[in-house]
Amino acid sequence: MSKTPVKLTVNGNPVEAEVEPRTLLIHFLREELGLTGPHIGCETSHCGACTVDMNGTSVKACTVFTVQANGADVLTVEGMAGADGSLHPLQEGFMAEHGLQCGYCTPGMILRAYRFLQENPNPSDEEIRWGISGNLCRCTGYQNIVKAIRYAADKMAAAGREAAE
Amino acid sequence: MIPGPFTYHRPSTVEEAVKLLGDLGDEARPLAGGHSLIPMMKLRLAVPEHLVDLQDIDGLSGIRDDGDTISIGAMTTQEDVLGSALLREKCPILPETSWLIADPQVRACGTVGGNVANGDPGNDMPALMQCLGATYVLQGTGGQRTVAARDYYQAAYFTAIEDGEILTEVRIPAPPAGHGWAYEKMKRKVGDYATAAAAVILTLSGGSCASASVALTNVGQTPIFVAAAGEALVGTAVDDAAINEAARQAREAAEPVADLRGPEDFRAHVAGVMVRRAVARARDRAR
Repeated sequence: MSKTPVKLTVNGNPVEAEVEPRTLLIHFLREELGLTGPHIGCETSHCGACTVDMNGTSVKACTVFTVQANGADVLTVEGMAGADGSLHPLQEGFMAEHGLQCGYCTPGMILRAYRFLQENPNPSDEEIRWGISGNLCRCTGYQNIVKAIRYAADKMAAAGREAAE
Repeated sequence: MIPGPFTYHRPSTVEEAVKLLGDLGDEARPLAGGHSLIPMMKLRLAVPEHLVDLQDIDGLSGIRDDGDTISIGAMTTQEDVLGSALLREKCPILPETSWLIADPQVRACGTVGGNVANGDPGNDMPALMQCLGATYVLQGTGGQRTVAARDYYQAAYFTAIEDGEILTEVRIPAPPAGHGWAYEKMKRKVGDYATAAAAVILTLSGGSCASASVALTNVGQTPIFVAAAGEALVGTAVDDAAINEAARQAREAAEPVADLRGPEDFRAHVAGVMVRRAVARARDRAR
């Protein structure tokens, strides 16, 4: 099967590869780049476990061909922590608020929440629930996930205020 | 679930895209957001040998106010529709409908053109476009033509589009200022297709209904424009009797099949309920 060259940026790093056009982005990230943070859940664009950030929007990487992502800027959960290993406020929030049990949905939840909080930095709990309506969790009942995102929103807002002072 | 193999093309102009599609014939499919086509390819319900990705073509996305007409480029995403101040002001039923489609990630990729073009009876925008009296601009190697949304759908996944054509734009006659609107959708969960849904646009004049348009989603092989439901409202005060008659017309027009969302009778019943709710809400919003 003939391959197509692709160039993209993943977690800030340039990546070049040759892929079969039918290779889904989730398979490329996991199997070619070894980024196993984004998970494969339903494979039918329902569950959101494979959510990554691409060109400034949240996408389900099970429903994007890698060739479509040629030239794109992609962020996965592996790119969330700072260079010094410090956790992103969302990662911290999911720990502090027990926002996970089995953890399968967590990378997708964090990546979706990452984009959602840029679209809406000070959401109500109901807005958070609509914001993550494309991500399924089968353990927690979502209560603590909403709290974790709220934690991150508050922390990021406080950091913003400090930076402004 | 891995789709069948295909050759990938990414043209940068409409001319190049329609030439490719024309030369490759029915082995080729255009690729917009991919959120209908890729799931079908995973299930091998679609096995195209060539995909022509439209993402690099300038001018295929965007929402334009042309005075009497609102033009929406085919590659405009549902997320773009939700963010459009122009649509919120002039055609708010569009963002109201987009909000009920799938979920944020799917709306970030899914396009208006893809939603209306492929003829999936579960899609929400086809009935909406029939309700609004929209026309679709189809571009082929031989030039451009337009087809009314009310004439476009022939059966599930069968439409007026020909091999080698792409749908480039949706043109919507701007509803009059002060119109009432509502899209009502019954679904089991976020991301599900409608058990039944109804789009309603109406205008009032001196407390009486001057015009009304009703269309149904996912209760037939195609979206269903129910002219008789609109006629049942015109000239009335949009009171309970008129609304009941519009809902009855919708139930009669509905031709749902039994599926996991319910048996035929139930889904036709829900179509009537959606019309009743949508008409009442549209009436209350009209000035």
